[in-house]
Amino acid sequence: MSNAPASPKGAVAAAPRFGLGNWRQYVIYVGFVAIFLIFAATLYDKGFLDPNNLLNIGRQTAMIAIMAVAMTFVLSAGEIDLSIGMVAGLASLTTAMAMDAWGLPAGVLAGLATGLVVGVVNGTLTTRVGIPSFLTTLAMMGIARGVAMWATQTKSVPILDDNYIAVFGGKDFFHFPVLLIWMVVVAVAGHVVLRKTTFGRRVLATGGSETAARYSGVDTASIKMRVLVISSMAACLAGMLYAGRLHSGRFQLGEGDELSVIAAAVLGGTSLFGGAGTVVGSIVGALMIGLINNGLLLMGLEYSEQLIARGVIIILAVALSPSRK
Amino acid sequence: MNAQPVADDYAVRMAGVSKQFGGVRALDDVSFDVAKGEIHALLGENGAGKSTILKILNGVHAPSAGTIEVLGAPLTEHTPDASRRAGVGMIFQEMSLISTLTVAQNIFLNHEIKTRAGFIDDKSAAARARGLFADLGVDINPSALVGDLSAGQRQLTEIVKAISQKVRVLILDEPTTALSGGEVGKLFAFLRRLKSEGVAIVYVSHRMEEITQIADRATILRDGRHVVTAPLSDLPLETMIEYIVGRRSRGFSDVVRSQVALGKPLLEVRNLCGPAKPDNLNLIVRAGEIVGIAGLLGSGRSAVARVLFGIDPRRSGEILINGAPVQIANPRDAIANGIALIPEDRLRQGVIVEHSVETNASLPIIDRLANAFFVSDTNADAAVDTQIAALRIKTASRDAAVRTLSGGNQQKVVIAKWLLAEPQILILDEPTAGIDIGSKAEIIALVRDLAKSGKAIIVISSELSELLTAADRLLIMVDGRVARDCPRSEFDDPDPSDDEGARLQYAERQLSKVLQQAHAHV
Repeated sequence: MSNAPASPKGAVAAAPRFGLGNWRQYVIYVGFVAIFLIFAATLYDKGFLDPNNLLNIGRQTAMIAIMAVAMTFVLSAGEIDLSIGMVAGLASLTTAMAMDAWGLPAGVLAGLATGLVVGVVNGTLTTRVGIPSFLTTLAMMGIARGVAMWATQTKSVPILDDNYIAVFGGKDFFHFPVLLIWMVVVAVAGHVVLRKTTFGRRVLATGGSETAARYSGVDTASIKMRVLVISSMAACLAGMLYAGRLHSGRFQLGEGDELSVIAAAVLGGTSLFGGAGTVVGSIVGALMIGLINNGLLLMGLEYSEQLIARGVIIILAVALSPSRK
Repeated sequence: MNAQPVADDYAVRMAGVSKQFGGVRALDDVSFDVAKGEIHALLGENGAGKSTILKILNGVHAPSAGTIEVLGAPLTEHTPDASRRAGVGMIFQEMSLISTLTVAQNIFLNHEIKTRAGFIDDKSAAARARGLFADLGVDINPSALVGDLSAGQRQLTEIVKAISQKVRVLILDEPTTALSGGEVGKLFAFLRRLKSEGVAIVYVSHRMEEITQIADRATILRDGRHVVTAPLSDLPLETMIEYIVGRRSRGFSDVVRSQVALGKPLLEVRNLCGPAKPDNLNLIVRAGEIVGIAGLLGSGRSAVARVLFGIDPRRSGEILINGAPVQIANPRDAIANGIALIPEDRLRQGVIVEHSVETNASLPIIDRLANAFFVSDTNADAAVDTQIAALRIKTASRDAAVRTLSGGNQQKVVIAKWLLAEPQILILDEPTAGIDIGSKAEIIALVRDLAKSGKAIIVISSELSELLTAADRLLIMVDGRVARDCPRSEFDDPDPSDDEGARLQYAERQLSKVLQQAHAHV
């Protein structure tokens, strides 16, 4: 029946979705601009529009944005990665410790290797053993945190290498924060890979309908493995950037980031149920969260009040976003 | 129902019902009445408005204009809940059961039987369900998980679920798609009993032979308009089809069956065993040949396709392509060896409904269409447009979501997807399930053309007329084994009639007989 579309839920939702789908597609961008304008007007005298403040928002958001790009892949493939925040903290430490012992290249390698190992473990447990990624990465959250605390007796590890600090986020490059350069590079790469490569297409197919993708010859297990590796590698890059910014590795770095990252991706229009996602949306989602944090801070709200206001704004934005199936 | 029913005999009266979706008029001033104790067939091609009118009756959509009465009371609130309270129950084409609950838990979902203390009483529910199944004469364990049932058993569970809710108007949308011949018989017996108890039944099916067996009256819709309502006795098959399609139909019987010179064996299967089925399967398909696989539900028809395509593991046996043995461990191996599968469950296995026609159709060959790692839209656009034109896929554009297409056109997208992969061996599992009669014939004609172009084709179907029209040779499977392997001509009438329809009907009776006999011998 031509007017009985694919699924019962599709059938019921068909009519309203055509009407609302269009504006909902852009709600994140409209919301971003609206919040920006409101803050610009109300916080003008508190230096909101000061270039330094705006760049600061960028610096604070870069790590979330980088992880949100990877999360876009994970969610689009119908999986989730909760371990990223803790893994970022762990990577900041492995990098700092390896650098302390063997120098800069070893430190960078150790950070990336951390991501590779965690990602392969997450991927293997999810695709071969068959534990849902929600549980695999929930467990990995605790393991990464535990390892990080145990290896250092919860102490922070200082980073003294100026070259590392220059490249991984501590410095500016011609007045432009290096962190923002990392963010832009990752965002462009992520966007191209998701939209333009066969890998990206297969990620979306896997999340859209795993069965149909498998019947089409897509190796869905390998796709899931790869998105989970991408996700922990991105988390480790974020951890290394945190470490560069703060000149030290600490287990607390990245704490709670998984929630901001998932919120950023969902705000940006990525579906929690797989099959649809946009990297640009996730970046704007991350920037919006950064914008809100900064604006609430400038308003002089207490930390407790900031938490409440942030929660309300995120709920409103997600309620209006298209990905809430 | 011989005479026209009188006014208060009506269970449903819909008058002047129209429905507008945006700019599209899905229903235009349609009137539709169903009497108590009547089985009323609702017929029409895909897009004729059947779904829409049923969804209005069922409360999913509100009508743009018109009035609805159920059991004499006007239906003013248009929600599924209001319709259910009025006594309307619908069995969906797509199943609405929860696979992680038991059969009994599903049947009594949302109206659970409770103990005195107010807790759910699963035992009584199971007992009640067992009673309902006994009435229907079906053997389903009420304590089994729905996820473990066969598609046919799920369908029957779905019907029993509706019945358990004191439904006075029962809507069945393609209820037999997943049922075997025996199960259909049981369903019909049950429907006749409901009818004798005064239940009004609206029956939607593309299978004309079922309509002629079960329905008292029929209403035919075309392009959102009411065409005719008449007792079945006034509607011979030819007339019915004429009303439905609005022109002389290209029924199955019209497909030209010219004998093609067969080439060398492309696919050869020796002693193939799957996880449970198939069991010791031997099969040869030559270039240009279509082999049909017939069998009742659970005979392992689809299991053959799944093992050949690398979805189910192969326990033992050999698969040879072009004479050379091949290893097929997963669908990628199958595709690499030139095999394509048009799967049974279009919506779950065939397409990603939320994605576009182009994304779906290009998925198996994105590597071939790509420039290095990058998806090439220009290449994909061209390839997909060629298929849209060649298969005459009706879609707003190649970028439209597959969800927005009709069943027949969705199936054409699946076929397009696999033709783009240029397979030598094409396996079609239930290629026309849930598709209107015009599109069915079109798809079968297409399959025959593909065979003519030198492909080796396997068609698996529960619809005998479809198999007989498509295939050059037929395999009859029982319990995972091949019970018979014979040429299509074996089912021909030795004294053929001039009428193509009659010839097909004869063959269908023969095949049906052979199927039943094969089953009886096990």
